[in-house]
Amino acid sequence: MSTATSKGRPTDQQSGKQVEELVQAAVRFAGDSGDGMQLVGGQFTSASAVFGNDVATFPDYPAEIRAPMGTLAGVSGFQINFASRDIYTPGDRVDVLVAMNPAALKVNLKDMAEGGTIIVNVDEFDEASLRRAQYDANPLETGELSRYRVYPVPMTQQTLEAVRETGLGPRDAGRCKNFYALGLVCWLFERPLEPTRRWINAKFARTPAVARANLLALEAGYAFGETAEMFSQRYRIRPARLAPGTYRNLTGNQALALGLVTAARLAGKPLFYGSYPITPASEILHDLATYKHFDVRVFQAEDEIAAMAAVVGAAFAGAIAATGTSGPGMALKQEALSLGVMTELPMVVVNVQRGGPSTGLPTKTEQADLWQAVMGRHGECPLPVLAAQSPADCFWAAIEAVRIAVQYMTPVVLLSDGYLANSSEPWRVPGKSDLPTIEIVHATDPATFRPYARDAHGARPWAIPGTPGLEHRVGGLEKADVTGEVCYVPENHQRMTELRAQKVANVVQDVPDQAVFGAPEGELLVVSWGGTFGAVRTAVEQAREKGRSVSHAHLRWLNPMPRNLGDVLRRFRRILVCELNLGQLQWLLRARYLVDAQGLHKVQGRPFRVGEITARIDEVVGGRA
Amino acid sequence: MSTAADSPELGAKAFKSDQQVKWCPGCGDHSILVQVQKVLASIGACRERTVFVSGIGCSSRFPYYMGTYGIHGIHGRAPAIATGVKCANPALDVWVVTGDGDALSIGGNHILHTIRRNVGLKIILLNNRIYGLTKGQYSPTSEFGTRTKSSPQGSIDHPIHPISVAIGSEITFVARTIDTDVAHVQYVLRRAAAHKGTAFVEVYQNCQVYNANAYGWATDRETKADHLLYLEHGKPLIFGKNRDKGIRLNGDTPEVVELGRVRPDDLVIHDEKAADSSMAFRLARMHYPAFPEPVGVFRAVEKPTYEELMMAQIAAERERHGPGDLEKLFRSGDVWEVTATDQG
Repeated sequence: MSTATSKGRPTDQQSGKQVEELVQAAVRFAGDSGDGMQLVGGQFTSASAVFGNDVATFPDYPAEIRAPMGTLAGVSGFQINFASRDIYTPGDRVDVLVAMNPAALKVNLKDMAEGGTIIVNVDEFDEASLRRAQYDANPLETGELSRYRVYPVPMTQQTLEAVRETGLGPRDAGRCKNFYALGLVCWLFERPLEPTRRWINAKFARTPAVARANLLALEAGYAFGETAEMFSQRYRIRPARLAPGTYRNLTGNQALALGLVTAARLAGKPLFYGSYPITPASEILHDLATYKHFDVRVFQAEDEIAAMAAVVGAAFAGAIAATGTSGPGMALKQEALSLGVMTELPMVVVNVQRGGPSTGLPTKTEQADLWQAVMGRHGECPLPVLAAQSPADCFWAAIEAVRIAVQYMTPVVLLSDGYLANSSEPWRVPGKSDLPTIEIVHATDPATFRPYARDAHGARPWAIPGTPGLEHRVGGLEKADVTGEVCYVPENHQRMTELRAQKVANVVQDVPDQAVFGAPEGELLVVSWGGTFGAVRTAVEQAREKGRSVSHAHLRWLNPMPRNLGDVLRRFRRILVCELNLGQLQWLLRARYLVDAQGLHKVQGRPFRVGEITARIDEVVGGRA
Repeated sequence: MSTAADSPELGAKAFKSDQQVKWCPGCGDHSILVQVQKVLASIGACRERTVFVSGIGCSSRFPYYMGTYGIHGIHGRAPAIATGVKCANPALDVWVVTGDGDALSIGGNHILHTIRRNVGLKIILLNNRIYGLTKGQYSPTSEFGTRTKSSPQGSIDHPIHPISVAIGSEITFVARTIDTDVAHVQYVLRRAAAHKGTAFVEVYQNCQVYNANAYGWATDRETKADHLLYLEHGKPLIFGKNRDKGIRLNGDTPEVVELGRVRPDDLVIHDEKAADSSMAFRLARMHYPAFPEPVGVFRAVEKPTYEELMMAQIAAERERHGPGDLEKLFRSGDVWEVTATDQG
């Protein structure tokens, strides 16, 4: 929690309680996976976003849909960081924790900020629940929480009383306690209830009793904060100075689906999305299934391989074709993706990375599929690879991936990750002029058509079935240069292999030069890619504020890399590559540029904390400020 | 649009590519290729609107020899690739050419799901009961005990039967033919081409090199009439050189009977449009030597196709929401405005 130093401490007119002005706070809702924590976290995010704060969120939930109730394994959490300034991460430490049961307290305590606030549902701290959470004694009584401000609130009891008038049974009535908790936290941070009221009324339109009960619980929580003697102060975080415009809060997966639809529309084509459900990529499939009025053709395939193969077919037939998956699915797609490379057809493969290998940590984030993207498949099989850097950026990265795919007639891999997929941030609604054009010219002239002739980019023509006189066959067998006939001539294979590689290398013409945040030369360059952007940028900002000679280069394109990247790297005495793997980008940079890049590696299924990067920066350049 | 029917002098030639056909001499693939080209010409198929898709194997070289659009895909995935083609452009006539290994071993999953979705694909499965291109290992349709390089002591795999698989997967059109009966191949292909939805055609053929006598019993001039049962819709199941034998049901079980000894209306009347697929399945279970093996159309029923349903949902959503408007889409959900004056 950051205090706004220049402001005083006004008093709330109505409640007579003190108001402390902050620039930033991180709140985490935590409870059983059936407690509806993701839901209220999302609602609190909407309320904060609509209020005008900059927000960044981080949902953290178990792989099991319903792990045994009240156990440590079943704890589901949703963290939101909101501020009156620009923020890039969900926050290292939790300032306010709402713990709906002992297990939620136990699991989340280690993330608490020193002196932070803990609001617990004291009704759940009975002997059985404590035992399920493997507590020998009640932590509310042992003094082990003395470093924090603890508020024991009888949420279950209060909720039951508040919703009594609706006549709901105790089971259904008890389910409303998540909205009670939300109401209380909304009071604590002066959040408006209106967006949540609207949402409840829309969501439970068909069950008015449930809608009414949730509204009563929400308001009871809010009123409790206001009237109970327990809370002596509340917090104020003013709206952030975002660039003027219309904003909407988006998760990475929502943004990615929007980006694909937008790209297809810009190209004037139907979007074919073939996919097999897999965590954490499935929401892209779900969202696209609601965009059919945009001529989105959603194909839920029988497996990952079929999804990829269908994408190759759809691309041949002239659609904007895309698929989405995660690591294990990406591995299954590699052979069919090679066919995409060999047939030189445009398509986009989204890999929302998760912890691996194998099933690994399905709901947790990691960046360990970089090598699989850049060097996967079989044979000499290069393709362009880019990575989104934030949830909202998934929108722009998707459009860019499609644009490059059709311009260069090649599959493109777009890397996202579990953190970007589920986290959210404000997205500024683009105007028409903000969007690129995607121009597609299909071959139509039988007199000049050669299936494997190449344009200035090195791309072959896209001639689609239905075009008279351009009937031709593509396939996995090596093709003769220009004519595209099956060809086993040794020299031809070498030539075609080189032409395919050159074409992908040519994409560099569309890759902007590498930008550097901070001075263009100095002691240390911190390098990152993908979803770690926010944490790394924040850490470098903080180091620079301390006067350290540190700069930041965040890579969007992993293949090909920007033309000037070698020069950028060589202007720094040291290079530190921060990534959620054991050094995959570090290895690529060393191999390609012969630089002594060092690495900061984390594979715990969680994003970087800013503090972890700051500590390493201090270690490397400490005393060299 | 240039159809072969418009320029009959082109005929089947219009469907040939300029590539040299490289199958072994005497392979049934040659004949099927020619019959397909003839049939497409005869039904007035449109060259530029036709796409041939294949996987891997001898038969999967098929698209290279066709003067249409084509994709020579990867092992087993042709039905999935073809599904993508059909969804992207439902107006195309999409054919899949596959073999027993390609369709039923490495690609078994795709065949199953393509059929149950009723995607509008015409699938020709050339069944020679052997792996030819990889030089002679047993396939999923090889008989139990088949001796090959990879099964020198005899295969211990039990075979599966393509038509049983198709019926079990809720096929809407399924037929069988044999490469040597050119007229029958053409008839079955014409029927398949006319079907709306997935059409699945099994073609019996020998592999001249690795399984030369797989169907000797069905091609031998002397005996074939006793071993093949030609299915005709609405007609009793009668076969034999002298057409003196028939099939009747004994309870639930088909049995071979001598015509003179039973009344003609005791015989099973073939009904390719039966609502229930049980009888078609029973026919698919009739195997040489205990029974004559049926050829012809086992089943031809109507059901909405996958691509029809897909496009109908798109049309319905457009009716409901209007054609997609990006501006509106961007601003759906909770949005808020930040104005320059908020920047105080």
